[in-house]
Amino acid sequence: MLIAVSASLFALGLLGVIARRNVLVMLMCMELMLNGVNLSLVTFAQQTASAAGAVLVFLVFVVATAEIAIAIPIVLLLVRRKAVLDLDAYTDLKG
Amino acid sequence: MIETVLLWLFAGTALAAAALMLVLRHPMRVALALSATMLSLAGVYALLGVHVIAIFQVLIYVGAVMVFMVYAIMLLDVRDYSFARRYSWLLLPGAVAAIAFVAILAHGFWQSLPDQATGGGGPLFGVQQFSIEFLNEYWLHFELVSVLLVAAVVAALAVLEVGRRNRG
Repeated sequence: MLIAVSASLFALGLLGVIARRNVLVMLMCMELMLNGVNLSLVTFAQQTASAAGAVLVFLVFVVATAEIAIAIPIVLLLVRRKAVLDLDAYTDLKG
Repeated sequence: MIETVLLWLFAGTALAAAALMLVLRHPMRVALALSATMLSLAGVYALLGVHVIAIFQVLIYVGAVMVFMVYAIMLLDVRDYSFARRYSWLLLPGAVAAIAFVAILAHGFWQSLPDQATGGGGPLFGVQQFSIEFLNEYWLHFELVSVLLVAAVVAALAVLEVGRRNRG
């Protein structure tokens, strides 16, 4: 049951990252995807009574924090340049 | 009995708030919905008996990440047309991808998963046992995480330096 919840959370986050326009909302939907993965990891760790899943969840926490700490300054720089939060406005960043 | 009801309640709240995240217009409301999802997930973890992860969820995610996010939203109160039109043209392909993802995952899990028993993680996930296990078995990962954090700090400083130079 909890695995289904975690898969649904991941799918909702995926849909948010793909479909929303706002950069900050997309970042938050990425966090939602990480949360869904965490829920499945915790469920499996609790079923098998092993600490490896919990350790992996801890590592995911750290990675999520580092990701946000780098992503927010990048978004700040982008918005300072164009004053737009819509990601479609930045298609000129394509190589 | 009460644990099962609470587990369903927390899981349902998490799902409902996650669905709200896709619908709400203002980023601050999305952030509040995401906080609600994370707090409900912390409740789920606590009910599963994994108290360490529940505490970390509240401390790190709700305490650090979401506060940072809220500050960024307040700094960037830009009202462009991403408020008027919430979704890009990728809404339909995204919905198809999400539904296909859930269907494939459900199909894969339907055969392979044993029936689950919830509740009672046992004493393995107390803070003491978790820490002992963590630092005995996974000390290398712990050190690698600290290296990653140092790299993230340096990268954030480098990004800020680029912005300062561009402003002149």
